[in-house]
Amino acid sequence: MTELSVEHLHEEPAEMAGAVQRVQRKMAPIVPAQNIAGRALVLVIAIMTFLSCLTFGAVTLVRDTASVWENQISREATIQIKPVEGLDMEAALAQASQIAGEFPGVKETRIIDRDATARLLEPWLGSGLNIDELPVPRLVVVTIDENNPPDFAAMRAAITPKLPSAALDDHRTWVDRLVAMARTTVTIGIAVLALMLSATVLTVVFATRGAMAGNGHIIEVLHFVGAEARFIAREFRWHFLVTGMKGAAAGGAAAILVFIVFSWWSSRNMATPQADQATALFGNFAIGSAGYLGVGLMVLVIGALTAATSHATVVTYLSDIDIRQPDAN
Amino acid sequence: MIRFENVGLRYGMGPEILRDISLHIPERSFQFLSGPSGAGKTTLLRLLFMSLKPTRGLITIFGKDRSRISRSELPHLRRRIGVVFQDFRLLDHMTTYENVALPLRVRGREEATYRTDVTELLKWVGLGERMHVLPPVLSGGEKQRAAIARALIEQPEILLADEPTGNVDPPLARRLLRLFIELNRLGTAVVIATHDLGLMEQVDARRMILAGGRLDVYD
Repeated sequence: MTELSVEHLHEEPAEMAGAVQRVQRKMAPIVPAQNIAGRALVLVIAIMTFLSCLTFGAVTLVRDTASVWENQISREATIQIKPVEGLDMEAALAQASQIAGEFPGVKETRIIDRDATARLLEPWLGSGLNIDELPVPRLVVVTIDENNPPDFAAMRAAITPKLPSAALDDHRTWVDRLVAMARTTVTIGIAVLALMLSATVLTVVFATRGAMAGNGHIIEVLHFVGAEARFIAREFRWHFLVTGMKGAAAGGAAAILVFIVFSWWSSRNMATPQADQATALFGNFAIGSAGYLGVGLMVLVIGALTAATSHATVVTYLSDIDIRQPDAN
Repeated sequence: MIRFENVGLRYGMGPEILRDISLHIPERSFQFLSGPSGAGKTTLLRLLFMSLKPTRGLITIFGKDRSRISRSELPHLRRRIGVVFQDFRLLDHMTTYENVALPLRVRGREEATYRTDVTELLKWVGLGERMHVLPPVLSGGEKQRAAIARALIEQPEILLADEPTGNVDPPLARRLLRLFIELNRLGTAVVIATHDLGLMEQVDARRMILAGGRLDVYD
């Protein structure tokens, strides 16, 4: 428009220079930064990311704890010797310990002595117990090399003829039950996580589409002033990527904070009955580097999902405008 | 520049809104498109702007058959046509300056390369003092002029204006008309859709009258 006549000008050149100066500020973004729908979208994404990350963290925690349970229990076996008439218990314990110790795959054997046995029974029978007055079975703890476990059937066959009142418990039943329980818990956790992620995906998609609905006039104006489809899509994609990342980062950070607070609480209250109980169940409440990495990944995925949804909405909208036939009006 | 031959258009299975429209808009021409409300003036403008496809007939725009223009070609062709919408379609979160600069911005041009042009154009349409104001605080006439400036910023070969004086008082309508005449004098073809007879009487220009779906052209 440089050739236009200036007969319509009303301002002086000095004013014009001032006006040019004033326009040297940052241009408003093509897609408005925030509106009510945009803020609601950030909030929805933050909440859904927070819940997804908590679920993810919980599943990680359960999986790790289940694996620790499994390893700890399968690391030991016990030989239980029942007192019978004429049995020299101390000799029997030593003999059982010796037989077990000879098997390959056994790292160590340890006889639970009288005092330790009394302590074990203390919660039920009280203190000051004389162990010799009661027919209490005694135990030999056999520590096992997890990578090269001994042949329990052979061990049982070696002990039973010599000590008929002895029974070898390799905790197999417990381990099997725990493994089954842990696997079920992890499977349920993964199913809950899958549902949570699906809900997050759908919520993010619909919330983004909702926020996009208010931007139809912008897409239309851009289209009619000659903007190419990829330009319009890029503007919206970038805007919604930032919006999605903001919400997802807030939700992810809140989830990480929760894990850190729990971890701190658990370490601070160590050696108290409730903390011991919680630690026995859930380990030390740390989700580990894999957990934090997962949270980070989730933030990226949710941001990308928001951007992809806005991109698809723009492309569909533009396609509708371009192929719009009279019957669509 | 733009030619219609026996163009017809219907909405869905309804009756034809436009029937056997034949017209030619030469370069540097000035014409009014008139007719009663609901006669199809806006629809005809949308056909000229390629935001609608005819149900029959042949439209040739800048030497290209409309039915053969691909979607990727549309933005480039639209840049040669300036449109002033009846409802202005200004973006409320952008200042007048930013709205007028929008067609250049979407082409990826740096602001420094067009700042002076936009400022000059805004002064030319009398909005020099309102360039940093958001559209919601502009009057109807100011919005109209901002919309006109946005349509002109890319120096289009043809300007289509839909009821450009519909929201303004008679003195401002005359001023806007002078602006269109000035623009035409500088080489842009102008099509003004209006039902304001008073406005048309002020200029000795070609008149295209739409009535009953048919178009009569009075040179």
